[in-house]
Amino acid sequence: MSDTATRLRGKDLLGIAGLTAEEITLILDTAEAMKEVSARPIKKVPALRGKTVINLFYEPSTRTRTSFEVAEKRLSADTLSIAIASSSVVKGETLIDTALNLEAMNPDIVVMRHASSGACHLLARTCQAGIVNAGDGMHEHPTQALLDAFTIRERKGRLKGLKVAITGDLLHSRVFRSNAYLLTTMGAEVWACGPPTLMPAGIARLGVRPTTRVEEAVEGADAVMMLRIQLERMQGGFFPSLREYFQVFGMTPARVRLAKPDAIIMHPGPMNRGVEIESEVADGPASVILDQVANGVAVRMAVLYLLAGGSDDETAA
Amino acid sequence: MRLLLRGARVVDPASGVDGARDILVEGGRIADVGVSIAPGEAAATAVVELGPSLVVCPGLVDMHVHLREPGHEHKETVITGAAAAVAGGFTAVACMPNTSPVNDSASVTRFILKQAAEANLARVYPIGAVSKGSEGKELAEMADMRLAGCVAFSDDGRPVATALLMRRALEYAGMLGVPVIDHCEDRTLVGEGVMHEGLHASQLGLRGIPSAAEEVAVHRDIVLAGLTGGHAHIAHLSAAGSLGAVRAAKARGIRVTCEVTPHHFTLTDERLLAPLMYDTNLKMNPPLREASDRDALLEGIRDGTVDAIVTDHAPHHADDKSVEFDRAAFGIVGLETAVSLGLDRLVHSGLIGLGRFVELYSAGPARLLGVAGGRLGVGDPADITILAPDLPVTVSAAAFRSKSRNTPFDAWTLRGGVAATIVGGKPLYVNPDVVQVGGLGRA
Amino acid sequence: MPILMDGERVGRTLTRIAHEIVERNRGVGDLALIGVRTRGVPIARRLAAILREITGVDVPTGALDITLYRDDLMKSAVGPQPIVRRTEIPFSIDGRHIVLVDDVLYTGRTIRAALDALIDFGRPSTIQLVVLVDRGHRELPIKADYVGKNVPTSRREVVSVRLAEVDGADEIVLGQVEGAGA
Repeated sequence: MSDTATRLRGKDLLGIAGLTAEEITLILDTAEAMKEVSARPIKKVPALRGKTVINLFYEPSTRTRTSFEVAEKRLSADTLSIAIASSSVVKGETLIDTALNLEAMNPDIVVMRHASSGACHLLARTCQAGIVNAGDGMHEHPTQALLDAFTIRERKGRLKGLKVAITGDLLHSRVFRSNAYLLTTMGAEVWACGPPTLMPAGIARLGVRPTTRVEEAVEGADAVMMLRIQLERMQGGFFPSLREYFQVFGMTPARVRLAKPDAIIMHPGPMNRGVEIESEVADGPASVILDQVANGVAVRMAVLYLLAGGSDDETAA
Repeated sequence: MRLLLRGARVVDPASGVDGARDILVEGGRIADVGVSIAPGEAAATAVVELGPSLVVCPGLVDMHVHLREPGHEHKETVITGAAAAVAGGFTAVACMPNTSPVNDSASVTRFILKQAAEANLARVYPIGAVSKGSEGKELAEMADMRLAGCVAFSDDGRPVATALLMRRALEYAGMLGVPVIDHCEDRTLVGEGVMHEGLHASQLGLRGIPSAAEEVAVHRDIVLAGLTGGHAHIAHLSAAGSLGAVRAAKARGIRVTCEVTPHHFTLTDERLLAPLMYDTNLKMNPPLREASDRDALLEGIRDGTVDAIVTDHAPHHADDKSVEFDRAAFGIVGLETAVSLGLDRLVHSGLIGLGRFVELYSAGPARLLGVAGGRLGVGDPADITILAPDLPVTVSAAAFRSKSRNTPFDAWTLRGGVAATIVGGKPLYVNPDVVQVGGLGRA
Repeated sequence: MPILMDGERVGRTLTRIAHEIVERNRGVGDLALIGVRTRGVPIARRLAAILREITGVDVPTGALDITLYRDDLMKSAVGPQPIVRRTEIPFSIDGRHIVLVDDVLYTGRTIRAALDALIDFGRPSTIQLVVLVDRGHRELPIKADYVGKNVPTSRREVVSVRLAEVDGADEIVLGQVEGAGA
């Protein structure tokens, strides 16, 4: 492969794992052009005119779904969003049946969020349409990692050689997995910090440096990324109390001061203020949390644009 | 009606035989085994010239299958399961009690045996539940079920729930002279796990089942077997630590035995990443483990720690598998791939000889269950499997006799297969791809 | 390959066009230059430099990427998407006289896309078009206001504009489409 990619190899974006550094760079570069579109008086281009994009959300998600919808509309795609409560899935039709029904409407792209890891792979095997993973269980959330990388690159000018600290519930986090793959592929040094009860097995073999000492993770970091502690998942006793979690792992101004003076503070949202992050940090000058939201639209426009053109794989299929 | 099988290599470790022999079958039993047997009155004897490329061995016994009847007949029935068994080279299977209703009473046992008699294919030995409804609370009527025909007891699908229940089950089954087969897992450690806990589960974002979940339960059962003197048999052992524990316990004289499945000695959890990510036909319990576990199982198969190869044949309808990975049913079918996997991965790899193969697939399980079979002595029932050890086999799930197709081995090409299966002197399966057994088809 | 313009000729042509722009617009007040990516951008910048020399005024200059407006964008089911580059128009185009700059005018489809894109940025007073080469074969009713050189071509030919900023040297050559007969 040459140094610069001009396309993505697959019809789908199911995860960051499997993308080359060149493909990631292509998405980020395209997102830069897309970001400018959002700054125009008329924030719309005709690139995906006549294309149909279906947003299929099996998990409630205001943030990601809205971001995709805005991205699709700015590219002039015809879009519709279907929210399916997980409770109705139990008695309702199977994912494959839903996929076949959607397929009959001949969409070009299906964006899916689902509580089961690998659900997008199942969909991709069933559908001709390109599948964009908007978060599958504990597996991956590729567009979140791309927008995080875009935000870091925008502020730091590069990814290679940066120290990025990620703290929180690493075990259940798809954001962690996608970021770990992306940042290490791009040559950043990723420190992963959290309680040992919330670390995935074999974490060091994912290419990150695990630690339970938040100070060690944050020290000298260029970017500090918090992950949401999913309160509803913590009933299983992964740690004794939220109070103690904040005491040991919470991002306080004192801890942030261990990072580089120009370090940025990131959070994929929604935040639990006072649990994983203190408000003073979340709202402080180093926080780029709202930039992440704005960049999410640009990155998703880039992904949709690059996938909508089809791929070489289709000729082989 | 007499049947004379001539010129094949007979491998019968229980009788100490490994060499070219002829076998004469009469009245459903072995009438003679000799270097050269004359057909006698030619008209009354069907003579089949097998030749030295085929192996005649005692009928294979799978001591761990799920036939789904009663209750889940859309997945499998006793008839289809028994048909799959003979097509896979098995002359006998022992079926687990997790049907609906659970086989926790003599009436269910008798029903299964009635279905098996109607099928008139492989022999079917029911395994009764340890506890009523396999709920882990009260002992089921084990003696009554033993009289009705159960050959062992198990709450398979679930572990024997508590140490106390296991203790009493071992004591009570010891009185009956049969083993307690335990599906070893600590359910608190399993949690909502769906695959082996390790790097690959972390990559796939799937909840893990640590090897320790099995090991903790295996250690419990070993301690209780030591306490009670009962026979604990570890079902589908999958982890290196469990195997080490069984090996050490055996060395101390504790009555513990174990079985391993072909999928655990063939596949590892890495396979969930590629070629087909999240393939639900790779979801089973216990899960596929790491290469180091697989290697430990192979060593246990070689050194004698493992007592039996079993399929844990677990038929599921496509609807139960064509779903998200964490919602898919656990288990795969195995009856029609076990012999080829064993010959290819254990024998042709040089790990074990055919004698040990027959020990693991026939003599071992027959002895553990205390059932007839496992050897070809004069007067024994004529349960015979004829193997074609060098036959190239391409697995075709679509051609399975089983009602279900949930196998990860579809389209695999393996070396070695079944030539014919003879139960009680009757050839019930003849492989059309093996010309030498053509005579059996006409017998 | 025949050279249509050498470096010196390119320079003289741009100077002439700059004078024409000043004359036609009676100065450069309310004027802005927007180059169409890729080679329209350096040409627009050169025109801006010449206009500054002539008038002493800095004419605002922008860059327009028309990829997202192309009419052939989603026509092929396979193959890579064209790479999208940044559009940079750091000024309001409302009420201004916009001079759109491109290297070669051919079918007119690029300029159609550029016009659509520009309209999304605001409502200019006028839009005028500068091209270095007009090679004919228009498929849309589009005409340049300032032309460096009219070159009759066949469809099998290619006009390659090379610029120092992009290609190391200024030169415009006429070539054959690869695979086309002699």
